[in-house]
Amino acid sequence: MHLSPDEIIFWQQGFLKLNATIAFTWGLMFVLVAGSILVTRNLSTGLRRSRWQNLLEIVVSAIKEQIAEVGLHQPEKYLGFLGTLFLFVAIASVFTIVPGYQPPTGSLSTTVALAICVFVAVPLFGIEDRGLGGYLRVYLKPTFIMLPFNIISELSRTLALAVRLFGNMMSGTMILAILLTITPFIFPIAMSVLGLLTGMVQAYIFSILATVYIAAATRARKPELGLEPED
Amino acid sequence: MDSMTLIAIASIITAGLTIALGSIGPALGEGRAVATALSSLAQQPDAATTITRTLFVGLAMIESIAIYCFVVSMILIFANPFWSYVIVHATGK
Repeated sequence: MHLSPDEIIFWQQGFLKLNATIAFTWGLMFVLVAGSILVTRNLSTGLRRSRWQNLLEIVVSAIKEQIAEVGLHQPEKYLGFLGTLFLFVAIASVFTIVPGYQPPTGSLSTTVALAICVFVAVPLFGIEDRGLGGYLRVYLKPTFIMLPFNIISELSRTLALAVRLFGNMMSGTMILAILLTITPFIFPIAMSVLGLLTGMVQAYIFSILATVYIAAATRARKPELGLEPED
Repeated sequence: MDSMTLIAIASIITAGLTIALGSIGPALGEGRAVATALSSLAQQPDAATTITRTLFVGLAMIESIAIYCFVVSMILIFANPFWSYVIVHATGK
């Protein structure tokens, strides 16, 4: 029994390997991009629209509302990154229905890559919002003694993001594999439903945590509204 | 008892103990979190969406501790470096 889809290798040459993780990731990307292109080909702004456009509008406005609720002032700036995180992890989990599919987020490589994306994006958004000096000053709050602890917390929460997602996805597939050898038929189906639920919850958790980290790094002053910067 | 048997025994016992002891804390914490969330929902039903969302985020954070223990246990069983080393040397002889 394999621990992750990394171990299913389709093609290998030298140190280049095409394993199931890469194949399924690109398959998911293809499905997401092709589906979006197909749906957004003839967008209508009137009252009559296609069902798929309605579905996408619901999804996008729900994500935007969640981002605004966490406290980010202009959700459109962060919608691309955070929405992609949520949709990728959610669709990766939902496709477990398809037989023969292993979620690529069940491999530590994928989750570490996503966590590193968040790790890089938080300073980028922070510097864009506060300027380099303002962003670096955040690390000295509340006192400058906290500087090493702030840095350590930054690194450890990235690791926590990666391991949390990996552990949830990997345990879902592993429980399914073990149960299939013991009690086939009904019980594995119940466990796979549980796996779908935890997959969606973990997708939401991942993107909400990324949103909270970005919100903690930005919070710039908006002088025309007279809002005070929240520290 | 040679080192191979010793490594096997230690790995298996540790894997079992890790997940057993590591699930106690998160389970207790999650129980308290849900209990507090339920009582605050009863006090302020208007804030239901905020409370529910915060509850789920908090539960996921608590759950990650159990997940860390699970990952360590899985590593000890399936990707154990000491066992691989010993196996390689046992077959190499």
